[in-house]
Amino acid sequence: MNNTVLVDITIPSHTRYLGLIGKLGETVVSELNLCPGKHECLCQSINMVLTEALVNAITHVTTTDQDKGVQIHISASNEELTIRVYDHGKGFNLNRFTENDCPDPLQEHGRGIFIMRSLMDSVEYQKINGNGNVLILRKKLDRSN
Amino acid sequence: MNFKTDASGKIMVIYVREDRLDANNAEELKAELNRLFELGTKDLVIDLNDVHFIDSSGLGALVSGFKNASARQGSIKLSALQSQVKSMFELTRLHRVFDIYQTADEALTGE
Repeated sequence: MNNTVLVDITIPSHTRYLGLIGKLGETVVSELNLCPGKHECLCQSINMVLTEALVNAITHVTTTDQDKGVQIHISASNEELTIRVYDHGKGFNLNRFTENDCPDPLQEHGRGIFIMRSLMDSVEYQKINGNGNVLILRKKLDRSN
Repeated sequence: MNFKTDASGKIMVIYVREDRLDANNAEELKAELNRLFELGTKDLVIDLNDVHFIDSSGLGALVSGFKNASARQGSIKLSALQSQVKSMFELTRLHRVFDIYQTADEALTGE
């Protein structure tokens, strides 16, 4: 039996919704009892990566596209958690951010990608033909305690 | 953003009264820190006891305050970091930048 839960939600492009979506991610992890024994840590991580992914999407949305909102898709099973965040902006070059380099602590900006890469197993950013971009975050879930 | 400010001698204590310090309110904290520095405050304690979540924008606002204080030969100390906030500081190595205390009182006495 397929035990994957799919959550699809669209929010306006505004940072006032960060807490809502972060909490939603925590609730999915908690209610599905994903990663038993480590799920408080996973809850915090998912809240964090959702927040960072949304801030990226909102920051890169152009003024004319703000009313299209930001779409979030969460796929959760006992084996894997996948988050997709769709934006309609001009996008950014993920390859500019060198793998695994911790930003200079005295930088005021630029920690978001590092944080997502640290907390997830993979981070990809893809253009969708003629219709925006998607940030894909994946995490394999350890079934052992 | 909700915060309470108390003066303890020459040191100002800011109690951040928010569950989240993130991109939605980090600029307000940054602006408040700037305002206090421009009024002549040099040494600040920021108490984060109520803050259970911080993102990269929240971290950036604190770093901005730290740099502002340093430029004025002042200081910013942090107190009462909750577990997620502590984790983010360690992940981004900011625990090596800031002086962090268990309580605002300890930060004021420097213990």
